[in-house]
Order: sequence, then C-alpha cells, then structure tokens
Amino acid sequence: MSTDYNNILSRLCFHLKQLSSPDMVIVPETDLINELAIDSVKLLSLVMEIEDEFDISVSLNALADIQTVHELANLIYQIKSQNK
Amino acid sequence: MSLLDKLDAVAAARKALLPEGLEVFGTPIEEVYSATEARIGDRRILFLGTNNYLGLTFAPECLRAAHEAIDREGTGTTGSRMANGSYSGHRALEREFAEFYHCQSGIVFTTGYQANLAMISGLAGAGDVVLIDGDSHASVYDGCRLSGAEIIRFRHNDVSDMEKRLKRLGERSKSTLIVAEGIYSMLGDQAPLAEIVRVKNAYNSILLLDEAHSLGVLGETGQGLAEETGLTDGVDFITGTFSKSLGSIGGYCVSNHPQLDQLRYISRPYIFTASPSPATIASTRAALKLLRDGTELRRQLWQNSRQLYARLDGLGYQLGPQPGPVIANILDSPQQALMLWKGLLDHGIYVNLILPPAAPEGKALVRCSVSAAHTSEQMDHVGDVFAELRKSIFQ
Repeated sequence: MSTDYNNILSRLCFHLKQLSSPDMVIVPETDLINELAIDSVKLLSLVMEIEDEFDISVSLNALADIQTVHELANLIYQIKSQNK
Repeated sequence: MSLLDKLDAVAAARKALLPEGLEVFGTPIEEVYSATEARIGDRRILFLGTNNYLGLTFAPECLRAAHEAIDREGTGTTGSRMANGSYSGHRALEREFAEFYHCQSGIVFTTGYQANLAMISGLAGAGDVVLIDGDSHASVYDGCRLSGAEIIRFRHNDVSDMEKRLKRLGERSKSTLIVAEGIYSMLGDQAPLAEIVRVKNAYNSILLLDEAHSLGVLGETGQGLAEETGLTDGVDFITGTFSKSLGSIGGYCVSNHPQLDQLRYISRPYIFTASPSPATIASTRAALKLLRDGTELRRQLWQNSRQLYARLDGLGYQLGPQPGPVIANILDSPQQALMLWKGLLDHGIYVNLILPPAAPEGKALVRCSVSAAHTSEQMDHVGDVFAELRKSIFQ
C-alpha cells in the first residue's frame, strides 16, 4: 500500500480514537462495530468528518460491507484514487 | 449467529433499555373518543402524538363519504391498480391532487411509505445517484435501497454540504435525484427550499420533495412548503401522505413531468400491492376539500403550536429549531426521555418516544404533535404537566 493509504489510515485512527475509550488500541484489523462499539449513527457522523477531510463522498452502499478499520481506510483510498 | 438468535439479541437490547411491563412502543389504545381523546388501559388520555394535524379523523363529511363508499363498493378492492383495483374513485382522487397542486398529473399509492418507495425506486436506478438529507425518513432510505442507485447523504438542512457533494459528482449530477422533506418528522424543522432549488437547478439535478408533514400545515391552501415558499414550479416531484392531515391512509405524487405516468408500469411498490380501499379513497377526497378550504384550521393549528412551543421553550426544554406542529423535546439520555414519556402518560397525555438509533445524533426525543382540534386550554394543561415533570427529570 502507498503512503497515501498509510496517511489515510493514520487520520482515520485519529478520528476513531476520539470515539473510543482512551486505553483502546486501534489497529487495521480492529472491528468497528464489535471492538470499537461504533453504532450506525456514530459511523455515519465519522464518515462525514472523513469526507470533509479528504474531499470525497462515500456512498451508503459502499459502507454496508465495511467491518474493519483497514476496510474503511482502503475504501477511502480507492475513492480518492478514482478521483485523481 | 442464527436467524432466530438475531431476534433474541433484539429482544435483549429492548429489555436492557425499557422497564418490564411498560408497553412503550405499540401502546394499546382501547377506545378512541375523538380526534384528540382516547382511552389507554382505564385512563382517558389526550392524544399529543398523532399526526392528525387538522383533526379531520372524525369530520362528518369524511365519515359520511367513507360509509357511503363501503355501501356502494364494498370493503376492499382485493387487487392492484394494474389489475382490478383502479376504481373511478382512485382516478378521481389522482385528478383532484393534480388540480390541487396545479400540476399535469398525479398518482395515488396505498401508503405514504410506498409513495416514496415507488417514486425513488422508479426514478433512480443502478448507475444513478440519490442525494438525501441525513435526517430523511425511513421510506426515503428504503426507496434508495430498492432503487439500486448510489446513495449519498448530506448534513441535515445544510445546502452548502449538499452542493459540495453535487460538485464532486461532476457530470453525474445530471442523473442525480435530490430528496428533501417539507417538515422533518424528527425535529419538526423545515427544509431550506429556496436554496435547495437554486442548487438543484445549477447542477441540472431532479428534486423530489416529501410534503408528508407539511401538507395541510403550510401554504395558503395547505399544499405544503413548496406553496408556502412560492417554489412549486421549482420542485420536480412532490410526494405526500393521507395519514396525517388527511386523516386516512395512502400516499400520492404530483408532477408536471409527463413521464410521471410511466412509473405505473415500472415501479414495484405501485404495481405489486392492493389499491387503497373505497372507504379510504372516499374519506380522503372529502378531507382534501376540507384541507384546501381549511384556512381557519391552519390558523388554529399554528396558534396551538406556537403556544406550546413557547411554553416548553420558556420552561427550558431543549426543542427542535423552529416552532411547528411537530415539537421535539431533545433529551440527552434514553432514561430521561423514558421518564418524561411515562410521566406524561401518568398525567393522561400520550406522546411519541423516540430512542437511539432512531433519534438524530444519538439523542432521545419526546415528540409532541399538535392538532387544530386541540384547545388552548389543553395546550395550557400540557405545559403545566411539562413544568411539573421538569423538576423530577432534571433534578
């Protein structure tokens, strides 16, 4: 994966940290729902923050398949790549 | 997890949130006395959670029309509009809706939910985009899913956020359906329609406006927000429901686009369901006349709404951003909302409770819906009860 992906992952982890407990260690394999307990409302708010930061639109259809931090970072990476 | 285990998990989540023995959702209503009063258990209650904005559910004209239709045409059509379910009444109501909105054509649906499902899934498909407000009703979300189109949300009532997303779409904005609502059901606020129409025109998109909660409430003749703002011509498709101001059940869409009629042949929620019963159509036709001529009902509705909103605001309750018939009390926790809901019911006032994740931003809502049939004294009484409960809830 490119630096862009690593940058996206790092920013995503930063946003996720705001929503989780302070002692939670977030890695790419972390499950958004089962481990971070992010419900659908929180996830959609988080996505809007990310959309602003990366100047992209993430469709609800694409979000339906996302489970882990890596999958979300990869989705953002792919959308950004398509927009280039 | 098995299919049934998933339902057990839902039951466990409900049990953790709601006290044993309290039927918060689907509270049984034993008898209905009028548009504003009923009996729950052995208690006479004031309805403050219905969407009966004009109080027409017991209007003599509507009752008479429904009775006559049952005697004349029976209890149901037992068929879809495509088969044996297109009676003269259905076609007449479609013409009357089109005339009411000064539009070329109209379609009637079996429910308001199906109106949005049918219109969104009929207009948009794979490869298209539906751009929706974040606080959209479930029927909008479900219509989007059924369409197979790409679904993109914008921040609630934030037109600059909406425009940003249209801009990102580039040429695809021309195959984008924007969906907004006249009055939003959760917080009772109105869409910034003038700005939405301006942006939609700039990007050559199509706009569908759901007037479910604004029909009968806004505009000189009660058409809704489009009439109130003088922007009916700027909206491509207007949908709405019979189950609020019109006091029955069903839905409609009107438009000046001649293509509207083609949805009758491709839209599954229109095709694959039975048409509305003769009694429903007859009472709705009678109610539409009363709604159109209901200037006095709208005046009373707004007087009641402003009176209650001002009282609750003065008491320090956190409310939706603007006065209207939907008055949402926003509470920080489900427990607070539950206490308020139960306290109101114990005082004979029945309102709606909305818990996360249905409530916006993870909050909980106790939502009041005001009617023209309420009296000023009833609004005063409701305010007094809210004042009394405030001490125990926020202590």
